[in-house]
Formats: sequence, structure tokens, C-alpha cells
Amino acid sequence: MTLQELRAMREAGQKAMDRRVGGDKSIEIIVGMGTCGIAAGAKETLDAFVNELNSKDIRNVVIKQVGCMGFCHSEPTVEIRMDGMPDIIYGNVDPETARKIVHSHILEKKLVDKHVFDRPSKDIVKEK
Amino acid sequence: MVLDQDEQSFTMTVTDNGKGMDEAELVRAQDPFYTDGVKHRHRKVGLGLPFVIQTTRMTDGWFQITSRKGEGTTVIARFNLQHWDTPPLGELPATLGQLMALGGDHEATVVRRLTGPGGSSSYEDKRSELLEALGSLEDLQSLTLLREYFRSQELELVEVTK
Repeated sequence: MTLQELRAMREAGQKAMDRRVGGDKSIEIIVGMGTCGIAAGAKETLDAFVNELNSKDIRNVVIKQVGCMGFCHSEPTVEIRMDGMPDIIYGNVDPETARKIVHSHILEKKLVDKHVFDRPSKDIVKEK
Repeated sequence: MVLDQDEQSFTMTVTDNGKGMDEAELVRAQDPFYTDGVKHRHRKVGLGLPFVIQTTRMTDGWFQITSRKGEGTTVIARFNLQHWDTPPLGELPATLGQLMALGGDHEATVVRRLTGPGGSSSYEDKRSELLEALGSLEDLQSLTLLREYFRSQELELVEVTK
């Protein structure tokens, strides 16, 4: 594939009908990709999100890779921000949990209870 | 970043034009419990380099870090692909796509070279060119296309060197 072909595929993709989920705003998926995250499988988790969202034809998603979020013991960690749901940080998100998050949190707007991370490190996460 | 692979070894060379380190800082950077404290106050982070060093040592590989204050740093890690305990390479196209999609306004160049029975070949990509072609590197579609793009480059590479 050349850069020109890449550009053409991008343009074709943008013209295709979007399936927007969860309102007009983009859904934000933030994946911790520090050494701790990567060692725990964050690359596979990110890849699983990409595959699952594509298979469900969900397009309005921004995926951000960030460094260590300070939850090394719960990696891979993933934060989901979207309309109609509170901002949630999930811990121990393996590929299977990533698929659950797409089905349950993003599509059905139900929390994936067992993976909700409810005690953020106070020195890093500012309270709202 | 240069990723150079033949049947015996996989060599990763990462060079930056950042702040660089003096000799004392260079030694401390290899310590998992050292952090300059600027980005994360009161916390100690930095397992990346120690892990690479440990892995190369355990598997009969090779590691070198050199730096010049104010000019930049070069890290070279050579992994012995013949050693039983060398970790698998993983899915390189996804890794390269993720690497290029890392946030920020930096430039990054990746050179990937493969030497097989049929000879040697390589490809080179610049983050700025990918960004220009895709418009954004952070949305789902661009991440998907990046992965496809690197996958096609890898397939071609394997094809011409086999």
C-alpha cells in the first residue's frame, strides 16, 4: 500500500455513512500505554478495541494513548468518556474485557461492574 | 527508529534529538527507581530501559545507551532470536501503528529492514507523512488504516526477502 492509496482509503472511509453511537460527540477511549500497561498487554487491548468497534461499525471514536496513569497494579487501564455515561476508568482490561466494554458500556450504557476502578491515585487524578 | 532483523537477531535503534544526558544521568536512567521528579512529582517511574536491559542480558543479546547533553540519546538493543527465552516479536504492524499514533506534535521516522534467504529489503515511514495522508492519527478509522498500511508493508517485505 502506498501513501496515496492510504489517503484514498481514508477519503473513501470518511464519505461512508457513519454509525454514531452515544450522541453527537465522539466517544473517547484512553488507554494507558506506559511500560506497566504494555507489559500487562495494553497493546493487545488497544487492538481488541479497534477490532471490536470496527466489527460493530461504530465510527465516532477517538482513541488516545497515554503514559502510566499510576494504576500499575491494575493494568491495562482504560478510561471511557462519552455522553450519557460518567467518565469511568476500568482496570485489568484484557481483550475480552475490552469487547465487554464495547458491548455493555458503549452500546448498552451499562457499567462493566467487575472492572470499574473506583479508587484512583489521589496524587495524580484531580477530584472534580 | 531503526528495526533491523535477520535470521539471527532483531536490532532496535532509537535515536532522539532531545535534551540528552550527562554520564551520571545516563547511569541513573538505567535504574528502575530513579526519576528526575519533573513530570511526576513524588513518584518514581521508568521501568522501560531496565526491562530492555534485563531482557537482552537474559537472552544473550546486547544493549547500549549513549547520550550527549543538549544533543540527544541513542539506545540500541539487539535481541538474539535464536535464544529460547527471547520474547516473541508480537504483532509488528499493530505496534508500529500504535507507535505512530502516539499523541504529540513530534516527528518520528521508522526504518524497518528485513534480511532473509532472498536478500535484504526495507521500508521507511515518517509520522508527518502519515498524519498528512490521514488528517488525524487518533480516531478509530486512522488507527485501523495505519495497521492495514503497516501490515501491507510487512507482507511485501516478507515476500521480497523469502
